[in-house]
Amino acid sequence: MLLLQINGKPREIAGECNVEQLVSTLQLDGKRFAIELNGEIVPKSRHAATCLKNGDSLEVVIAVGGG
Amino acid sequence: MSMQKNVAGPLVIAGKSYHSRLLVGTGKYRDFTETRAAIDASGAEIITVAIRRVNIGQHAGEPSLLDVLPPSQFTILPNTAGCYTAADAVRTLRLARELLDGHALVKLEVLADEATLFPNMPETLVAARELVADGFQVMVYCSDDPIQAKALEEIGCVAVMPLASLIGSGMGILNPWNLDIILDRATVPVLVDAGIGTASDAAIAMELGCDGVLMNTAIAKAGDPVMMAGAMKKAVEAGREAYLAGRMPKKMYRGSPSSPTEGKIGP
Repeated sequence: MLLLQINGKPREIAGECNVEQLVSTLQLDGKRFAIELNGEIVPKSRHAATCLKNGDSLEVVIAVGGG
Repeated sequence: MSMQKNVAGPLVIAGKSYHSRLLVGTGKYRDFTETRAAIDASGAEIITVAIRRVNIGQHAGEPSLLDVLPPSQFTILPNTAGCYTAADAVRTLRLARELLDGHALVKLEVLADEATLFPNMPETLVAARELVADGFQVMVYCSDDPIQAKALEEIGCVAVMPLASLIGSGMGILNPWNLDIILDRATVPVLVDAGIGTASDAAIAMELGCDGVLMNTAIAKAGDPVMMAGAMKKAVEAGREAYLAGRMPKKMYRGSPSSPTEGKIGP
């Protein structure tokens, strides 16, 4: 079990997990988004290779309407 | 005061040509259907978007903004709306670049005050330097201060975008004289960003010689946003043509008849 902070809220994820698996868990497959892990952007090419650990803090952002 | 240095042709920003000189935001619409219809009616090719946290687990199956307005059809201009520090703005645009697969053209705005949404120019200058050094093509929202606008240009911003009046206020162009000085000195495109309320405001901006106009609320919060989007398209085109045509000289306090003074049947 991993305890993560995602977009400022605690979230438990079962078992071991990399960023790519997290994206799938969050139902973001196929969407346009960007992820920061502990303040550093994780490029798409590194999602699968980036393992998450207990206490990691993530920001997941998308484009929304704005001026 | 401004010389007519701009020639007829497309708007060129960072080496890319655009047919439309109207740039529009995508906020404040009722729904995505209205957003898309208004943007289509505006003819805009460059559209701004904001970067925000995704609502985890909510609306997972629903379309997102970029499904409705795909980057294949529009030039997406991510903004830093809501950022009050240079650090937040830079962080936001790095996320935007990742989100848009390396896309470099961005809109920088660093706000100073929640009540007025006036730009924080010292932080804007810091952010602009960092972004330009990091390879971004920066279009920058700024005060209508010619000195600040020139400083941003010298940093390497690809367009300067002074406010006409406060963001979302619809108060129109409050200081055409300052815009005139900015236009006179600028060697990068100058776009009025913020404060446009109705079509005549957009036309005035273009008649002054601005290279383009960026607006959101004036369209999104019009009674009929789609109709207003069309009106803005025409206003920007009309203002541009009037600028290129060159207006007649003003004759103060003296009328000048349009019809012949010779051959009248009366005295």
